[in-house]
Amino acid sequence: MKIWVPMDSAAKALGADEVVAAIHAEARARGLDVEIARNGTRGMIWLEPLVEVETDAGRVGYGPMTPGEVSAIFDGGSSLGLVEELDWMMRQTRLTFQRCGVIDPLSLVQYEAHGGLAGLRRAIDMSQDDLIDEVKLSGLRGRGGAGFPTGIKWDTVRLAHADRKYIVCNADEGDSGTFADRMIMEGDPFCLIEGMSIAGIGCGAVQGYVYLRSEYPDAIAVMRRAIELAREAGILGENVLGSGHAFDMEVRVGAGAYVCGEETSLLNSLEGKRGVVRAKPPLPALEGAFGKPTVVNNVISLATVPVIFEKGAEHYADFGLGRSKGTIPLQIAGNVARGGLFETAFGMPLGEIVNDLGGGTASGRPVKAVQVGGPLGAYLGTSQFDLPFGYEEFSGQDALIGHAGLVVFDDSADMLGMARFAMEFCAVESCGKCTPCRIGAVRGVETLDRIRAGDGAAVELLTDLCDTMESGSLCALGGFTPYPVMSALKLFPEEFGAVREAAE
Amino acid sequence: MRQHQPTHQPTADDIAGLIARHAGTEGPLLPILHDIQDAFDHVPQMALPLIAEALNLTVAEVHGVMSFYHDFRKAPAGRLVVKICRAEACQSMGANALSEAVLGKLGLDWGGTTRDGGVTVEPVYCLGLCACAPAAMVGEKLIGRASADRLEAAMEGAA
Repeated sequence: MKIWVPMDSAAKALGADEVVAAIHAEARARGLDVEIARNGTRGMIWLEPLVEVETDAGRVGYGPMTPGEVSAIFDGGSSLGLVEELDWMMRQTRLTFQRCGVIDPLSLVQYEAHGGLAGLRRAIDMSQDDLIDEVKLSGLRGRGGAGFPTGIKWDTVRLAHADRKYIVCNADEGDSGTFADRMIMEGDPFCLIEGMSIAGIGCGAVQGYVYLRSEYPDAIAVMRRAIELAREAGILGENVLGSGHAFDMEVRVGAGAYVCGEETSLLNSLEGKRGVVRAKPPLPALEGAFGKPTVVNNVISLATVPVIFEKGAEHYADFGLGRSKGTIPLQIAGNVARGGLFETAFGMPLGEIVNDLGGGTASGRPVKAVQVGGPLGAYLGTSQFDLPFGYEEFSGQDALIGHAGLVVFDDSADMLGMARFAMEFCAVESCGKCTPCRIGAVRGVETLDRIRAGDGAAVELLTDLCDTMESGSLCALGGFTPYPVMSALKLFPEEFGAVREAAE
Repeated sequence: MRQHQPTHQPTADDIAGLIARHAGTEGPLLPILHDIQDAFDHVPQMALPLIAEALNLTVAEVHGVMSFYHDFRKAPAGRLVVKICRAEACQSMGANALSEAVLGKLGLDWGGTTRDGGVTVEPVYCLGLCACAPAAMVGEKLIGRASADRLEAAMEGAA
C-alpha cells in the first residue's frame, strides 16, 4: 500500500507530519506494510493535509486529514475520490505546476518520468538565437509582477559583452497572499533548476543564484538538496548533460528585508551590501550582479521555461488573453473558504476567482474587498468583479496583478486600518534611499491617524502625498504603496470620514 | 529561523573559522553573518572587526549591512522564538487579535523577551501560508490557522 502525504510547509503547518506518524501507528496496529511517500502540495490548501492512496484507478484523496481519522484511509472510508478528477484539478491548465503535488520533489527519476529535462535537452540542441526566440515566441512575461517580456531581457544579456554573466532567481517572495514560489521550490525544485540551466545556456551565463528569503526554511532545504542531486546527475556543473555548456548554481538566503524582492536591491544584497535600491540605468541586464550582465527573473518565470521548451512556445502562447499569454498561478488567500493555488490561462474574471473557485469568504460574511498583488497592490471591490485577470486589464484600473496573489477580506475589514498598515509596512521596509518613500511612508501613517481622529481635511493631504510617492519614488515599494491606500479611499470614502463630513 | 542554543560564548577563533568557510565565495558577507547567527543565535559586536578585516571592509560598513536586515540580532533571543505573521492575508483572518492575545498574555511588545528568557515574540511579514491564515512559527514549527490556544500548546510542547 503506497500513501502520499505532502511535505509542503502549508501541509505541515496543518499537521501533515502528525498525520504521517498516525498512519505509521495505524499500519503497525493492523500489521500492514505501508509505504509513505512525500509529495509537494497540489495546491488545494483547504484540503490539506491531503492524503492520497495509490489504487489501480489512480490516487484517491482523503482530506483534510487529522491524526484521529487515519483509520478511514485503511477502511476505505469516505474519500474525496480520484484527486485528478476533483473539480479544482480538472478546471486547471497545469503547465508550470504540472508535477507539483504529483511526484516526490527530490526524485530525479520521477521528475524525468513526468516530462522533466525534456525542455533542457531540446534547448541544448538549439542555437542561442533560436533558444531565445523560443522564449520570445512564448510571450512569457515576468511573473514577479512587472510583466517585462522574458525573452527580451535574456537577449539583452546574451548580446552584452562580458567575461562573466549571471542568472539570478528572485525567490524573495515577500508579498502577502503569494506562495507560488514557495510551493514550486518545495514541490518541484528540479523544474526551477532546469529553467535556470536553460537561461544560462541561452545567455551564456555559467553561474546562477537563487536568492531565497529566510522566512522559507523548508524551501531553502529542499532547493539546496535538489541542487546537490542535480550536480551529482550532471544536470549542473562543467558539462550540463554532456552539452559542453557549463552552468552551476547555489542558494543565497535573504535576511528579512522585503525590499530585497526589488531586483536592484536584491543584487546589492547578493553582493553583501545593504539592500538599497539602485537607480536605473544601468539595467541589471547590462550591469547587474557584481557589475556583470545579469538576468533577474522571478521563480515562476524561470520554472515556466522548461514546459515552454518541452511542449513548444506556440503551445504555451495559445493560452491567455491579449498580451497576457500563457498561464498564471492564481493564489487565493486570506478570508476565503477554499484557499489555494489554481493555475489557469489569463482572463478569468476576478469575481469568478473569488466566489466560484474560492467559494466566498471563510467567515461566511459578504466579501468586502480583494487585495490583488501583495502589499503594494490595489484593493478591488465587488463592483469590479467582472475585471478579467490580465496585466493590461488591471493596470487600466490603477491596479496590478503583481505575483497573482489575491487576499480576500470580509465586511468586517477596517479599510482605513488597512491603508494605515500599507503605509506602516512601507515605513518599516523602506530601504531609505529615496525621500518620497522614506519620509512619505511615515507621514502617511501620521496623516491616516489624523483622518482616524476626525480631521477630514487631511484626506486631501493624503491624496497629495500619495501622488508624490507614486511619481517620485525610485522603486515599486514607495511607488506602489499609494495603490492600496488610494484604492481603499476611493472604494470606501465613508471610512475616511466622507460621510461624517457630509452629515455635519 | 533555526533555534540554536549556543554551547559557549563565541571566541575570535570561532568567528575566524566561520569566516574561513566562505573564502572564495562571491559576496560572502550575508552568508558569514547567517553562519555566525546560526551558531550563536546572534552576531556579537566582537565579530564585526574580524569580518571587516577579512573582507577588506570598514567596521562601519559591516555594521551598516548587519543593521539593515531584520534577521540579524546583536544579542541572543529567548530560548524559544515565536513569530506571528502580521501581513494582510493573516490580518484578514484575525492576526491582529491573535497577536494581541499572545503578546498580552506574555506581557510583551513586539520583539520583547519574557523575563525568564524563555520566549521572544517577533513579527514576521509573510510565511507563505496565506491560504491557511493566520500563520505563526513556534521555534521551527509552522502553524497554520493559528489560534492563541494552539500557539500556547505549541509553546508548551517546545519548552
